[in-house]
Parts: sequence; structure tokens; C-alpha cells
Amino acid sequence: MMEEDSLSRILYVDLSRRRFWVKERPELFEKWLGGAGVAIQLLKEECPKDADPFGPENPVIFAVGPLNGLFPIASKTAAMFKSPLTGNLGESYAGGRSSIALRMAGYGALVIKGSSETPVYLAVHEEDVHFREASVLWGMRSSYTVGRVIRGREPAAGVRTIMRIGRAGEKLVSYACLVTETYRHFGRLGLGAVFGSKKLKALTISGKRSFKFKKPRQYREVYDKIFEQLVTSPAMKKYHELGTAMNIGPLNEMKALPTKNLSSASFEKAEDISGESFAEKYLGRRVACAHCPVSCVHIAALREPYETEPYFYKTKMISYDYELIYALGSMLEIPSPPEVLKLIDEVETFGLDAMSTGVALAWATEMQERGLITETELSGLRLRWGDAEAYTKAIQMLVEQPNDFFRALARGVDYASLKYGGSEYALAFGGNEMPGYHTGPAAHVGYLVGARHSHLDGSGYSIDQKWSAAGRQPTAEDVAAALISEEIWRQILSSLVICYFGRGVYTQEIVVEALNVAGYPVSYQELMKLGAEILKAKYEFKFSQGFSFEGLKVPKRVLETPTPLGFISEDFIRESVNLYRRKLESL
Amino acid sequence: MVYRRLSVVDVDLCVGCQCCMFACNRRFAEAGLSRSAIHVRSAGGFERGFVVTVCRACPDPPCMKVCPTNALELRKHGGVILKPEKCIGCQNCVEACTIGAIFWNKVEAKPVICVYCGYCADFCAFGVLKAEPLEGEKK
Ligand code: SF4
Ligand code: SF4
Repeated sequence: MMEEDSLSRILYVDLSRRRFWVKERPELFEKWLGGAGVAIQLLKEECPKDADPFGPENPVIFAVGPLNGLFPIASKTAAMFKSPLTGNLGESYAGGRSSIALRMAGYGALVIKGSSETPVYLAVHEEDVHFREASVLWGMRSSYTVGRVIRGREPAAGVRTIMRIGRAGEKLVSYACLVTETYRHFGRLGLGAVFGSKKLKALTISGKRSFKFKKPRQYREVYDKIFEQLVTSPAMKKYHELGTAMNIGPLNEMKALPTKNLSSASFEKAEDISGESFAEKYLGRRVACAHCPVSCVHIAALREPYETEPYFYKTKMISYDYELIYALGSMLEIPSPPEVLKLIDEVETFGLDAMSTGVALAWATEMQERGLITETELSGLRLRWGDAEAYTKAIQMLVEQPNDFFRALARGVDYASLKYGGSEYALAFGGNEMPGYHTGPAAHVGYLVGARHSHLDGSGYSIDQKWSAAGRQPTAEDVAAALISEEIWRQILSSLVICYFGRGVYTQEIVVEALNVAGYPVSYQELMKLGAEILKAKYEFKFSQGFSFEGLKVPKRVLETPTPLGFISEDFIRESVNLYRRKLESL
Repeated sequence: MVYRRLSVVDVDLCVGCQCCMFACNRRFAEAGLSRSAIHVRSAGGFERGFVVTVCRACPDPPCMKVCPTNALELRKHGGVILKPEKCIGCQNCVEACTIGAIFWNKVEAKPVICVYCGYCADFCAFGVLKAEPLEGEKK
């Protein structure tokens, strides 16, 4: 580590006793870098074996790493907790200003323990920590408003993060997210609900530090090299121009875009909801996370008339991304950008994870279509593919949970299908709803075995696409080997904590160079060893909380709809999972 | 030597990445924000765009006039130069700047004032910032 670096300082906050303290733990950050590496150690320390995800014993951990604040696109914060959705590892990342704020406030990690009796929000301004009254904010319909209020009340505009939950988090929807800077999210696995269970409405952090280097010249050189690549590489340019939504077209073309609850892998109206279509007609602004010159965040301007008054309009600014257009677009057969945007807006208002919400609604639609549930379960709603208005109402009901059915659906499709049937087409993997890639076996095996059951764990979707392009049929061994080696390397990126969009720039050499400048003399081999250890630590936590590879279910639907690499068989998936497990055991 | 100042070409091009703020701090080969003389914040939420605050290099600077120790000296054609050894850390200058372009370095208890070098502009990938010659230079 660098001299006088504040990275090793951990801020502990106990909401039950309304106390806080700081511990210096350099050994933790020297061994595990930061981010995911440190967070999993803290989670193992703090979270008991049978913790109730909604109990005060479930900690929330935020961690940043040695490159945050030093180098561009090292812009993310790692969060860990026990997930109410999967019952084991909760792990989620967000950018916005979160990582810069935590690092500049002078901490490497924040551990939130206990739970409050009454609604609070937490304000951390460098050394000052305040437990602020939040009863007025509790129950507010829109998470946007909560942000606005806190913006006005707290200091340090420009160098702060404001994380907050919406109604979904308050109502403990298992896939409620934590929103930061309005448009970024700790999206997956239910961090918002864990906040809600602690009566923690929001968290703001601010700071303005500087860090000195032993070799200042070298710092500027490495910095300039990384920056130059970030602003000139064509891949980065694409993220800036169309954003992740650029993938709608190509994925649809190759028949890998899950549509209508994956009864198909291409969508007739894909062109209408493509990145190009959104950008040409609706793009209103692009923004960036702090310290990122790529600026991938795309915000649409949606101008809507008020029905009651002529010539009276409101313009809403709504961010969109590939995953959102998949989940609230093709998955539900929503045919046009304004309707997709309205659904996104609803999901943002309540603070839900868009992917889980879309998958839950798609499953419910198919259930109703097949007569397994009726309008009674749906409180009078009739869900139809493409009917955005009905889906808007359904989203509200997911949050308000007026009956048993919605209470079940608010716990995820896996849980709901255990009660109501339809598990063959309940698209959850390890309890987490499916991301938007039906690219081939690596994608699906990746969702199953990935430590957080996300497409980002081992990036199977991108591995599949490389095989497709090369005309190669992978074996189960290929799948397992490719997934685990990518997942190991990604443990390092998520310990530093670098945005995955920058992974092409942060090659092995660059990461080693940057770490050297930051006072970590390491080699690539040592990093890979460490990556493996971090992955193992995550699995130790998962196993201790009841996860097992045997317990993984494969929704039949995945086998029925062909991928660009053909049909996948359950045997192939099982074999790949077993091979992955053996590789993990021998790490 | 050409006397320059920094100007915001078009604030609507700004994406709020704050790479300029980090660049300013790197003049001292330090990482972070405490020594940054440029500030970018949202105009009331990210949806409304950004406010970029940089020193305008005023020809008759209010900050200079309120300094009790004359630690701020008028630069040729506009702007001020800080003489740190004279500064007593009273923060009058911070208060006096109408646009809030003087920042405070808590660690050193001294104001942070733009030196008009244009290093930040080199790190704005979106052409928001430009270092340009001052009025007096143009003639
Ligand atoms: S690429 Fe996008 S998500 Fe990643 S740090 Fe930059 S703006 Fe944030
Ligand atoms: S570098 Fe440019 S785009 Fe980024 S915050 Fe500064 S002025 Fe705005």
C-alpha cells in the first residue's frame, strides 16, 4: 500500500446502538487488495451461519480498492450481504459517485450492522457520521424524491454519493435494489430489501482527499496510458455512443435475445427497441460515473402530455441499458421505446431490480395464459404480452403485495413457482432471475455456477459468442474451463474495483503496472492465485449458508428454445456444472 | 508568456465524469480531489446536467480585494496569484468569489486557486473546457 493511504480504514456503524467506530486493518487490504476480496472476508467475519437476511445480524458491507480514486474507470464499489433472494451470497456493484466518495472520505470499507427501530438515513462526511431522521422519507412513493430531499439537506454537492431505497426496499421485495445518483444501481440480489429491513432509507458519503506517491512520475505515466486508451479505443467509443443498448440488434440477429419468457430468442420488434432507435428518437443526455471518461450511461427524454390539460407536458429523464430493454422490453414483448421507458421509470420509482421484475412479470403472464393462475390471484389484472399498462399496474402490486400471490412473486420466480407451479418456465438460476442472454451453454452454466448467479461472474454470454463466431461447438470441459478462468480474473478486477467495461483496457500488464504504482508489488501469477482464493472464499460463504451444486435447478424452457449454438441438453449442463465444481475444489 | 484563462465552451457537453477535477489534482502528481481548483456537480440531480465551476480570471477580482494580508496578487490581464506564505487561512476569498471558484484545501488550510495551466482541458474527452488567451492578449 501507499504511505499514509487511508484505504485500510474501515468504518463500522451499528444501527441498533447508533454507534460508529473506525478500525485500521492494513493486513486485510494488503492480502486481499480491497473490493470483493476484502468484502468477502468481512462478510465471513460478520455474518453468522444461519443469519436471517432481514435480521439485524445480516451485515451490509461496502468496499473499494487500491485503484479507486487513483486511476480512471476504477469507478465501482463492491457491496456484500446475505441475499434475501438466493439465501446465500449477496454481491452487487455500482458506480455513480459511490466509490470515489467512499475512498475520498478516507475509508476502504464501510460495515453496517444491526438495524434501527425507526427510519434513519446515514450521513458520512469524512470523519463525521450522523444518524439522521428519515421517518418523513419513509413511504414516499418515488425514490427520485428521496434523492432530491437529501440533495437539499446534505453538504458536499459534487463529491458525494447518495444511495437510497424506494418503496420496494421498504416493503422487502427480495429483489429491491439500492439506487445511487439516480441512475446507477446496486441492482441484483436484494440489497435494497436488506436496507429496508434495517429501516435504513439512504446513505450519503462525501470526501475530498489526496494521495501521494513514492514515484510520482510513474503515476502520471501509467495514468496517461490508461486514459488515452479509454478515450481512443473503438470498444469504449461504442459504450459512449449507443451504450449497452447497442447489443439489442446483434443479439436479436443471432437469435439470443430472450423474448416472451424465452419462448423465443428473437423479437419481431427488436429493431424498434434497439439502441439505435432509442438514441435517435429519445436520447437526451449521457452521463458518467465519477472518474470515468467513457460515459456509458444513456438517459432518454420522454415527453408526455397531461391528459387533463391541453398543451401541458412533462419531460421525464429515464436511463436505459441493454438489460432493462431486455427485461422490460423483449421479455414482455413491449414493442416501442416510450412504453419500455415508462416501465423502466416505474421500476426506478419503486427501486426494483429491473431484470428480476421483468422475468417475474413474464412468468406471471405465461402462468395466466396457461390458466395456472387467474384474475383472482392477480387481483383482477389481466396480463397480456405487450400490454404495458397492465404491467405498470402489476409492478405496483409487486411492491404493495395485496395478496398471497404477489407476496410470493415479491420473493422471486423460484419461490413463486414452488407455490403455484410453472417451474419449467420460471427463469431463475440459483434463485436469481435470468439476465438477457440466451447465447449458448456457457451463458446458462455461468448463471448456475457463478458465485452471484449473474452473467457477469464468468461472462458465459461473451464466451458463447466467440465460439459461435468461430463456428466451434464447445465441450462441457471447454465451458467449465473458460468460465472458471474468467471468473478468477474478474475477482481481481472487482477487488480493485474496476468497471468491467474497462476490462479490455485493464489487461494483465496494465493491472500489474497500476498496482505497482499504488504500492502493491505483485505479479500476474500472484494475482491469479489471489483471484482463486477470493473465489474460494465466496464459495465457502455460499456453502456455509446452505448453497449446493446438487440443488441447482435448470428451468426446462432453456432447453426448449434453441441458442445460436443449438439446443442445449440438461446432461450437458449438469456435466459442465460438475466439471466446474471439480475445478473449484482443486483450486 | 501568453496569459490565459480557462473557459467552459459548452456546459451541455459535460457528462459529469470529473476527470478534469482529478487532472487538476494530478498537477502535483497526487491522486484525489483536495487540491483541485475546478469543480463539477449536478445541476440538481444528474437528469438536469452539470455545473462546471472554474475561475474566470476576473480583471478586477473580488477575492483579491478582501484578502487582509494581500496574499492574492493581481495577475497581468486578470486573475490572481496566491502567495501562500502570506495567507493566514481566513477564507475571506472563498466567500467573496461570486461564482464559488475558490476552493478550500482542508489539509493545508489554504485556498485552492486556478493557475490557468489548462491541464484539466487535456483530460476532458468531451471538449467542455478550453484554455484561451485573455482579452488583453488578444489585442
Ligand atoms: S463505463 Fe459506464 S458504468 Fe462503467 S464506470 Fe464508466 S460510466 Fe460508469
Ligand atoms: S472532464 Fe469535461 S465532461 Fe468530465 S466533468 Fe470535467 S468538464 Fe465535464
